[in-house]
Amino acid sequence: MELSRRTFFKFAGAAGAAGLAGRPAAAEASAHAPVNTPSVLVDTTRCVGCRGCEAACAEANHLPGPEKPGEETVFESRRKTDVHTYTVVNRATGAKTPEPRFVNTQCMHCLDPACASACLAKALEKTPAGPVVYHPERCLGCRYCMVACQFDVPKFEFEKAAPYIQKCSFCAERQAQGLDPACASVCPTGALTFGRRADLLEEARTRIYQNPGKYVRHVYGETEAGGTNWLYITDVPFEQLGFRTDLGPTSPPELTRTALAAVPLVLTLWPPLLMGLYTFAKRREEASKSGAKEAHHD
Amino acid sequence: MTDTTLDRRFDARAWMTDKFFLGMPLGAYLRSLLTPGNALVALILVPGIPAVIYRFVYGIGAVSNLTQANPWGIWIGLDVMSGVALAAGGFTLASAVYIFGLKEYHPVVRPAVLTGFLGYLFVVIGLTADLGRPWKLPVPMVYSYGTGSVMFEVGWCVALYLMVLALEFSPAAFEWLGLKKAREWAIRLTLGLTILGLCLSTLHQSSLGALFLMMPHRVHPLWYSGFVPVFFFVSAIAAGLTMVIVESALSHRAFVSRVDPHSHEKLDTLTLGLARAAAIVLFAYFFLKLQGLVDGGRFDLLNTPYGYWFLFEVLGFILAPSLLFGVAVRRSNATLARWVAGWTVLGIVVNRLNLSVIAFNWNAPERYVPSFLEILISATIITIGVMTFRWIVNRMPVLRDDPAYPQAH
Repeated sequence: MELSRRTFFKFAGAAGAAGLAGRPAAAEASAHAPVNTPSVLVDTTRCVGCRGCEAACAEANHLPGPEKPGEETVFESRRKTDVHTYTVVNRATGAKTPEPRFVNTQCMHCLDPACASACLAKALEKTPAGPVVYHPERCLGCRYCMVACQFDVPKFEFEKAAPYIQKCSFCAERQAQGLDPACASVCPTGALTFGRRADLLEEARTRIYQNPGKYVRHVYGETEAGGTNWLYITDVPFEQLGFRTDLGPTSPPELTRTALAAVPLVLTLWPPLLMGLYTFAKRREEASKSGAKEAHHD
Repeated sequence: MTDTTLDRRFDARAWMTDKFFLGMPLGAYLRSLLTPGNALVALILVPGIPAVIYRFVYGIGAVSNLTQANPWGIWIGLDVMSGVALAAGGFTLASAVYIFGLKEYHPVVRPAVLTGFLGYLFVVIGLTADLGRPWKLPVPMVYSYGTGSVMFEVGWCVALYLMVLALEFSPAAFEWLGLKKAREWAIRLTLGLTILGLCLSTLHQSSLGALFLMMPHRVHPLWYSGFVPVFFFVSAIAAGLTMVIVESALSHRAFVSRVDPHSHEKLDTLTLGLARAAAIVLFAYFFLKLQGLVDGGRFDLLNTPYGYWFLFEVLGFILAPSLLFGVAVRRSNATLARWVAGWTVLGIVVNRLNLSVIAFNWNAPERYVPSFLEILISATIITIGVMTFRWIVNRMPVLRDDPAYPQAH
């Protein structure tokens, strides 16, 4: 744990420096959602539920190993990611396919993430390279990121007196070294494909078109919440895999942009307006005073 | 009040007796604290303060029902969201008197500003209980600006407005300490501070609502609206007006010895004036809520349990008090206005809790109910706030002018 945190700090520092150096580029990237950043395509028709990704994730992030390794019973209830578990594999409920369907859940690495826009201290940040990373040294523990995230991804160390947020970092550190994310690097069936987002979208559509009637004609993550770096295709309804299907194409930060735009407006318009009202009120008072005096004289 | 500053020799003991022990010898002062009210305070604080310490030693999970699925609870909904709304009397009354020239409300400005200052102070203190790492509060203030975050705006506005309120209240403290020069300087800042206070309040009162704009996936569609920031700002004005009615009524009962004996009839007139303003603001707020309902277009949800609760809030806590304030004003019934004001204050707390707790995560399988210790910790912070208010009112010229500064503030 200690080792991983130290190396994480190192990465965080490097990312921060990169951010400083390339500020205009970074700003542009977040304004016009970076479209071709590193991504993963998940094809649930290829997943056999081996949970190798869970084990690889735990190892890469120095987390305690996956719950009930190698036991089928783990699929009896739908699990969620936690402070010690950044990715989980669940079995689809009610799927009518001959084989059971499985799906992995982790941070979706949104193109314009709610969590990063919610954070008042930039502890969560969408890096120009793609991953949404966490800078623990900046975090206040307000948990706005947790409620802002539509995918319920950030998890909080409620049991600690000095808690941090924990979530999948898309193995940003490994990616910086030119390695694939741990989960994708071990997937034995090709259910997880690591690549560039535009290429993976093309690949996803190709698989849907070339197998008529097999897949649901939707790439989850293409537009959801403004688009994500994790993309999913499947042959069962997405609800059965536990996905929210009520998320529109608007990126969450877009919803607060008008409210934030009011700040300079209020700060520049209110003072002169109020000074005007003050002057008006004062004149009226003086006028009524002198009016009263005149009335008295008459 | 004896002016000790005239004495050549500074008598520390007499000064302490005068300033802190209400002119009584220490023993008599301590005996004077043995009242039923203080027994109630002790009943809350004796278990409450250890509970606060326990929370900081063992973490949020050890005392609260907050979970990964429900990370926000009453420490946000009550202590922060409601606390800030109910502290709006400071900017509302200061603006009415110092900007709009409604001088007749001058007697209630100081208690309103004090309520505002302590309200915000205890919001910040309450927030430290909710924050996982409160010692990191300087991060967004000093070197890591999350300028794209609504929370960043709220944080900055609250921090700045807390300073504005401290300066706005400082003349009373300077009068108490006999610091005439400092008081004169502070008085000169009044107009500037009032304008700054109104700007900052416009921003953060509405931004507390804007926090929810990003969460259509959590807030029930009847409460979720693009107009939430406007609802929050307008209802904060209503909260400010009605809190001043409630607070002045309670103060006139609780601090009989501190109140100007001639002010009782005057207070009825002021109460009815504030009630008239509250009637108009609440009616505007009611219409805005209707607009929000039409804009959301989810009339189908009105005929569900959440729909009934929504209608109860809009009709019972917004429209009804608006009309009842009208009745109170027409009949010059200040007592009715006071009861309606109390009801409105409760309604605004209910509204803030609806957005942040009750109609929040409404479709999640796991429901949040606050734990006993969460409630106790909130109660402890509110109790210490009320005690601080009482401590100051008993010592500083808040409810009436200091004889040394006739018609001063």
